[in-house]
Amino acid sequence: MIVNDFVCQSGDAVDTDFSGFSVPLEHSFEVDDVPRFRLRGALQLRGGRENSVYLSQNQLSEKDRSTLKDVAAVDGLYRIRVPRVSLQVDRQTERQSEGYLTTFVRACSLVESHLSDVITLHTDVSGYIIGISIVTIPGSCRGIEVEDEVDLEVFNSTISVVAPVTAPAPETAPYIERMEQEMEKKGKNPQEQKSFFAKYWMYIVPLVLFLMMSGAQDQSGGGAGGGAANGGGR
Amino acid sequence: MAWLVVRLAISVSLLYAASAVFEDQVGKFDWRQQFIGKVRFALFDTHSQASKKLLVATDKNVFASLNSRTGDLFWRHVDKTGPEGHIDALLMYGQDAVVVVGNGRLLRSWETTVGGLKWETVLDTGSFQAAALVGVQDLVKYVAVLKKSAISLHDLSSGSQIWGENLPDSDSVQYQTIYSGENGLVFVLGIVPNSHIVIVEYKIEDGEIMNKKSVEAAWMSSLESSCAVVSSGILLCVDQITQSLYTLPLQSAEQTEMRQIHLQMLDLEVASGFRPVLTSTQPNPAQPPLSEFFLQLSPDHHILLQFKDGLIALLRDFSPVRTNACSINLFSADTGRKHLDTTIIYHMDPNGGKPNRLYVHAFLKKDDSVGYRVMVQTEDLTLTFLQQPGRVVWMREEALADVVTMEMVDLPFTGTQAELEGEFGKKADGLLPMVLKRLSSQFILLQAWLAHLWKLFYDARKPRSSVKHEVTIDILSRDEFNLQKMMLMVTASGKLFGIDSKSGTILWKQYLENIQPNSVFKLIVQRTTAHFPHPPQCTLLIKNKDTGLGSLYVFNPIFGKKSQISVPTLPRPVLQTLLLPVIDQDYAKVLLLIDDQYKVTAFPSTKNVLQQLQDTASSIFFYLVDSSQGKLSGFRLRKDLSTELIWEVVIPTEVQKIVAVKGKRANEHVHSQGRVMGDRSVLYKYLNPNLLAVITESTDTHQERSFVGIFLIDGVTGRIVHEAVQRKARGPVHFVHSENWVVYVYWNSKFRRNEFSVLELFEGAELYNSTVFSSLDRPHAPQVLQQSYIFPAPINTLEATLTEKGITSRHLLVGLPSGNILSLPKMFLDPRRPELVSEQSREENLIPYAPEMPIREEWFINYNQTVSRVRGIYTAPSGLESTCLVVAYGLDIYQTRVFPSKQFDVLKDDYDYILISSVLFGLFFATMISKRLAEVKLLNRAWR
Repeated sequence: MIVNDFVCQSGDAVDTDFSGFSVPLEHSFEVDDVPRFRLRGALQLRGGRENSVYLSQNQLSEKDRSTLKDVAAVDGLYRIRVPRVSLQVDRQTERQSEGYLTTFVRACSLVESHLSDVITLHTDVSGYIIGISIVTIPGSCRGIEVEDEVDLEVFNSTISVVAPVTAPAPETAPYIERMEQEMEKKGKNPQEQKSFFAKYWMYIVPLVLFLMMSGAQDQSGGGAGGGAANGGGR
Repeated sequence: MAWLVVRLAISVSLLYAASAVFEDQVGKFDWRQQFIGKVRFALFDTHSQASKKLLVATDKNVFASLNSRTGDLFWRHVDKTGPEGHIDALLMYGQDAVVVVGNGRLLRSWETTVGGLKWETVLDTGSFQAAALVGVQDLVKYVAVLKKSAISLHDLSSGSQIWGENLPDSDSVQYQTIYSGENGLVFVLGIVPNSHIVIVEYKIEDGEIMNKKSVEAAWMSSLESSCAVVSSGILLCVDQITQSLYTLPLQSAEQTEMRQIHLQMLDLEVASGFRPVLTSTQPNPAQPPLSEFFLQLSPDHHILLQFKDGLIALLRDFSPVRTNACSINLFSADTGRKHLDTTIIYHMDPNGGKPNRLYVHAFLKKDDSVGYRVMVQTEDLTLTFLQQPGRVVWMREEALADVVTMEMVDLPFTGTQAELEGEFGKKADGLLPMVLKRLSSQFILLQAWLAHLWKLFYDARKPRSSVKHEVTIDILSRDEFNLQKMMLMVTASGKLFGIDSKSGTILWKQYLENIQPNSVFKLIVQRTTAHFPHPPQCTLLIKNKDTGLGSLYVFNPIFGKKSQISVPTLPRPVLQTLLLPVIDQDYAKVLLLIDDQYKVTAFPSTKNVLQQLQDTASSIFFYLVDSSQGKLSGFRLRKDLSTELIWEVVIPTEVQKIVAVKGKRANEHVHSQGRVMGDRSVLYKYLNPNLLAVITESTDTHQERSFVGIFLIDGVTGRIVHEAVQRKARGPVHFVHSENWVVYVYWNSKFRRNEFSVLELFEGAELYNSTVFSSLDRPHAPQVLQQSYIFPAPINTLEATLTEKGITSRHLLVGLPSGNILSLPKMFLDPRRPELVSEQSREENLIPYAPEMPIREEWFINYNQTVSRVRGIYTAPSGLESTCLVVAYGLDIYQTRVFPSKQFDVLKDDYDYILISSVLFGLFFATMISKRLAEVKLLNRAWR
């Protein structure tokens, strides 16, 4: 019955939006922990520059709710899976539907969070979905009894698609720019024209004298002190 | 002003990080051993009687000169790796050694005393076939090089080409050998397999073809393996099928057929299925070879024969003798008689391999008797140099030139320490016996301490030079700060070594026979020395790369002895190993081996272990990587030791392929949970022990489109924590994954330079659950900070320092191709380095961002002790928090200690104990005296 429901919904969605397409999101929770995946909802995926995703899903039936609570009681797993697809629409023709991407969350944390989960689909550079992850918020299992059956009816899901970020390259241009600006500043200020020594000789000479005088002891004491400071810096 | 501040900040930060070795510290904490590899050619310098030189060329493309008295290196030249630097031939005449390198690409002449290059010539293209020295009238003047289709003659003193000629019909004839006798001619021998031999005569002076003939030899398939030139230009060939020898004078014009001599006439027979081998000797290239030659009839059956006036006579039959010791005898080649008193009995090491090559140097002694030295190379790549009478002069363990993996194990306690430790391990048996036991062990300790004091006193009286520090396995014990450890090294040839980390002495060695050359090794320390009286235990997993089938070798890492523990047989290919923190009743950590049907084998698999595994099965997760399908999958253990698939991540192989996956080191400690920011708030680190760093490289290698991918995946839940792409980048990628950071090095294909990139993960200003980390309960994704830098040098390998408690700041150890090891402070690789200096960043000690990473000579931890072809760096913590032990291995092995934050917990060597103690005593007495004086004064005042 649920399945029929879903087909109607997804059919509508596909008709209205041409650029997107939908893939099934399946879940499995069994007391004996042998995965038997059933339909949970449909993911409406839309490729392009900003990948967007929309999840339409159904309520849990009474039987499912009780199974989920039973699974949570034995600390079983709640698994979900999606088929391996590409978000790029032009690749749909070569879309390989062999294999699924699976992940899991502890059933008890799903129950205790009242079905609030965050599902993330990860894609690679070319738009293939390479992984799926699910977390519940909160994620802990404290053994709180969920009395109200209504809390376990509707999924409160947040779903997103994450593409790889571009790692930064060494920033040479801003660095050079900054250096140039500083040079310019120096050039403008005639006071800065004086050489480093000419300006600060009164500080440097005593410092050098001090270092020379304490040079002998410094070899043992200074090293240790410097090391400690460095270690503490962490 | 700001610029000044920036500069000051940089210089101050450098001041802290700078470290170098003092001159008098050289060799105090470090040692280096240099190796050459498996010897392919070895020549004794016969130039003069007193010469100690032994020239060797090896499969590691190393050309070196050894001191034949000590086995030390005089000099060594390390060429490029791979076929480019491959040494094809080594010839020696007088002071000159001529080497053909890189499949006939280069011809080089070396001066043998100091190892200087005399000349180098680039040869014409063409694959190398043979090289020979060519003499004219008892003087060697030229070297001839035979290529597939050409021959060239070079002057020996200058390297200039005298002439070069194309060989006739080189597309149909395979020219294989070259021969020159005394008569001013160079013969090139070629063959058309199973048809005929071609002999071309060249005139030495101008390369004119004097004669060319072909001889029928339908039975022959290869010249090199079945023919040799003996006596004055007689080509001698052996045929396995007809069981006969064929002779042909090279120069005679009239004889155009080979003369057949049946082996039966000599009462000889070739062992069935064995290809007979002929060996001849030409002591002086300007003179014809000896008329005596060897014929090998079966793997260990050799015959010495003599060719005289067209007849072959048998001189001696060397039949195999099977014993555990080998004996070497010297025989006269003229007569086949044995020389008296020339027997050397060579005892084979029971932990070593069989000898497979001998290099003999015979000479006339002063009293005209014959003496000889011999270098034996065994299967396990040990070079043993023997001298009469049977004395081992030196040994070299060349297997160490190819270390695959290594571990460092703590040394055991001394007997007394162990006694004290053992007290706690045993079951309590009443109060009184315990007290007695404690007293007795304290007494033993006191005794040992007194003995130690006495020894110190005794040693101090002796002159320093006479106190010898011989390291033997029996006196090895843990030192106060656990700075001396046992280095376990696994080499590619299948030989295991136990090396003392302080001195580099090899304490034990064990050769594992029947190791396939393409095996993969994994060394696992299952029980450390901490569990007296149980001996420490290491397990080596040996896996065949092709079949995936593995076997386990369990041994005691301190003594190298094979353990008697029964080892599980592994009938199926092993995919993954997992060392659990679960220990059995004998304190050995449990090793799980996962086979290709995802079944798990536990080792050790006692009842206790299986029970523990059942209890904890639901929290044991592991991952598998299939890089050919780009698949990463996670499994969970079931109670019946089967597994279930719980997550799957598939990275399509059409776009990128997985090149490396690394987790964190299990023995790593992180001291601080967070970093204190400039505004006194704390930025907490994301310390996920299950995090995997996965590095991929794009299949598209175009410089604009190639990229390197970095995935941080949780190994328990399969959650992709972070996913980044480094554009316009290419491998090879080296990376380190530790604490909350990943550092990787790649090649920027656009700018053609090496770049470093650092990723750091933070939880943010608040910790989600500060008491315990669980991958199953960490819903918020970490913040990821990343920064990249230019590194002005190529990189061979990368590793991070490791200390006991993780308080000391971290350094990265970078192995450079120059052989130096750079200790780069991690503070330079910090993604929080600011663009602009602010009050807060200064407070935090952050260095302002500069795109280029500096390389300072004083950061080279191995000063001038370069490590050739460094392939790996191993770091281990010591008992001192400030000190990290480092071993760099490649062609050489280098061991040292590094102090990333200086020796903040150690007093310097030149610490003035006398001054401090005299001041202390002085103060003490001063207080005593003044106290007394004050008392007297008080008393006096009271009387007044």
